[in-house]
Amino acid sequence: METLLAILVGIYMCAAVYLMLSKHVVRLLLGVALLSNGVNLLIFTAGRLTPDTAAFVPLGASAPDGAVANALPQALILTAIVIGFSFFAFLLVLTYRAYQDLGTDNSDDMELAEPRAETPPMGY
Amino acid sequence: MAGSADVPLEIAAAMVTAPTPMEDWLVVSPVIICLVAAGLMMMLRKSIRWHAPLAVLALALVVAGNGALLWRVMETGAVVMTMGRWLPPFGITFAADILGVLFALTAAIAVLFGAVFARSDISNTELRYGFYPFLMMMTAGVSGAFLTGDIFNLYVWFEVMLISSFGLIVLGSRHDQLDGTLRYAFLNLIATTVFLVTTGYLYGVFGTLNMADIARKTESLRGNAPLLTLALLFFFAFLMKAAAFPLNFWLPASYHTPRAVVSALFAGLLTKVGIYALLRSGFTLFPFELQTFAGGIAMVSALTMLLGALGALAQNDVRKTMAYVLINGIGVMLMGVALGQALGLAATVFYVLHSMLAMTAIYLLAGVMHRRMGTPRLSEAGGLYEASPLFTAIGFILVLSVSGLPPFSGLWPKVMLVKAGLDVGAFWLVAVLLLSAFIVTIALGRLFLLAFWRSAPAGSAMTSEPERGEKSAILAIAGLTVPLVVFGLYPEPIVHVALNAAEWLINPRNYIEAVFPVPGTVEGL
Repeated sequence: METLLAILVGIYMCAAVYLMLSKHVVRLLLGVALLSNGVNLLIFTAGRLTPDTAAFVPLGASAPDGAVANALPQALILTAIVIGFSFFAFLLVLTYRAYQDLGTDNSDDMELAEPRAETPPMGY
Repeated sequence: MAGSADVPLEIAAAMVTAPTPMEDWLVVSPVIICLVAAGLMMMLRKSIRWHAPLAVLALALVVAGNGALLWRVMETGAVVMTMGRWLPPFGITFAADILGVLFALTAAIAVLFGAVFARSDISNTELRYGFYPFLMMMTAGVSGAFLTGDIFNLYVWFEVMLISSFGLIVLGSRHDQLDGTLRYAFLNLIATTVFLVTTGYLYGVFGTLNMADIARKTESLRGNAPLLTLALLFFFAFLMKAAAFPLNFWLPASYHTPRAVVSALFAGLLTKVGIYALLRSGFTLFPFELQTFAGGIAMVSALTMLLGALGALAQNDVRKTMAYVLINGIGVMLMGVALGQALGLAATVFYVLHSMLAMTAIYLLAGVMHRRMGTPRLSEAGGLYEASPLFTAIGFILVLSVSGLPPFSGLWPKVMLVKAGLDVGAFWLVAVLLLSAFIVTIALGRLFLLAFWRSAPAGSAMTSEPERGEKSAILAIAGLTVPLVVFGLYPEPIVHVALNAAEWLINPRNYIEAVFPVPGTVEGL
C-alpha cells in the first residue's frame, strides 16, 4: 500500500513540475496547488499507514487500548493543508489581479519589474 | 510509540510536572508580544493612528526581551522551554542558544527602526490595509524561526513569515509591484514546499521532528538511511531562501518594487533566516553531510560573491544595485559555512549581524534617495549633497560599511574570513572574497559619486525642502548606523560573542545536552 501511495505522490509531483514549467501564471498556480497536495500525501505516507483506529484514550484510562493510528502525521498534514490552502487563496487573488491590471497571464509579457537592461552611466 | 495499557505509566518521565519558571517564558516572549500586538492592531484597524505607537512599543519590548534572553543565555547556557508540558521529543520545543538569540535580537532592532521609518513612508490607505499588523506577524515569524527547536515548527514560522511578507510586498499594488510579487511569491513558495517535502522524508526516516532528537540519532542511522539526500534537499531549500547562486533570480526581480521600508526589512531579515536555517540544519542536524558538501558550498559561495559584485556593477536602479550587493553578502556568509571551523563560522555570524543592520539601513537610504531625487535611476541622479549634507554623511558611512572598508563594522568579519581561509589553505576562495569586495566598493563608490557628489542634472525633480516625516526617516537611518560605527571601532564584544556562538554550534553535543540534560549534571528540569 505504501508503494502504491509513493507512486501516486510521484505522479502528483511530475504533473506539478510539468505545469510549473509553463509560462502561463494560471498553470503555474495549478502546479503549485498539485504540488502542495502531493506533499500532503507524501507526509501521510512517510508517517506509515497505521491501524484505522483513532488515537483516543478511553475514559478513566491513561493509555489507549491496543494499537492506534499515528496521530502526528495527521496533525502535520492538517497544518500543511491550512497553510497550503491560504497560500493558494492568496496566489489566486494575486494572479487574477495581475491579469486584470497587466492584461496578460503570460509571464514573458509581464516584464515590468525587470525591464530590458538599462546600463548605468559610463562617465561622470 | 503507542503505549499499551499493561505498561506502568511514569508521568514524570514524559511530562513536565513542575510549573515553568518565570524566566523561561523569555524564550517565547518575542513571538508572543508580536502576535498579541498584531491581534490588537487588527481589532483597532479603524483607528490607524494607534498602530505606529503600538508597534514601536511592542518592538521595544521585543528588543528588551531578546536582550534579557541573550544575557541569560550568555550566563547559564541555552534556555529550553517545552510546550504543552510534554517533555522533548514529544512537545514542541523552543531552544534558544547564543546563535538564535543574537540573530533574533538584531532582527528586532532592525524592525524597530523600520517601524520608525515607516511613519515617513507608508500612506494612510496602506495603514488601513494593515501594514503594521503584517509587520508584526513577519517579526513573529522571523523570531520564531530563530528560536524554535523543532523542524516542523521551523517550517511553520517560515510560512508565517512568508505569508505576511506577501502582504507587505504587494502593499501599494503598482503594476511593477504585482509582477515582482508574482515572482517573489511563487519562487519562495516552491522553496518552502521543498523544505516541507524534506521534513516529510525526515519524519519517515527518523520518526521524530525535535532537532536535538534528530541530531542524536543521525550517528546511528548514518549507515542505512539516505541522510545525504535529506541534507542536500534541506540545503537546496535554504539556499533558495537565502538567494544563493544559482537560485537567486527572484531577489533582484522583486526587492526593488515595494515600499522602501518593506524592501529594507526584507533585505535585512528574510535572506538571513535562510542562512540561519542552513547553519542549524548543517551544523546541528547533519554535520558529517555538511562536511561532505563543503566543496560544493565553497563553489556556490564563490559564484554568489562574484555574481553579486558584477551584478551590482551592471545596474542603473539604486535598489537593484543594493539587491546585488545583498547577494554578494550571502556569498560572504556561505564562505564561513564552507570553511567550517570556528573562526570562519564566527565570521559568518558577525557578518549576518552586520548585514541585518547595514542592509536595512542602506535600503532605507535608497528609499530616501529615490524620494528626494524623484527617480531611482543612477543616470538621472545627482545633487543630494547640495540638498542635505547630513544624509550625505550617513550615506558615506553606509557605503563604506557595506563595502567592508574600515573603520566600520563590515571590515572585521571579512578580516576573520581571510584569516580563516588562509589557515585552511583555501587561497582561491580568499582571492574571490577580496576581488568581489573590491568590485562592490567600485559599484557603491560610483553610486555615491553619481547620486551625492554630482550636482543635480538639468530638469531633475530634485527637492531640497524636507518632506513629511523626514525627521523619523533620519532618526531611523542614523539609529541603524550607530551600531555599525561603534562595532567598527570596537569589535571586541561582537567577535567574542560570535566566537562563543560558533564554538557552541560546531559541536552538536552542546545542543543535544541542552534539550536532553544528562541526569545528575544539570539541576532542575
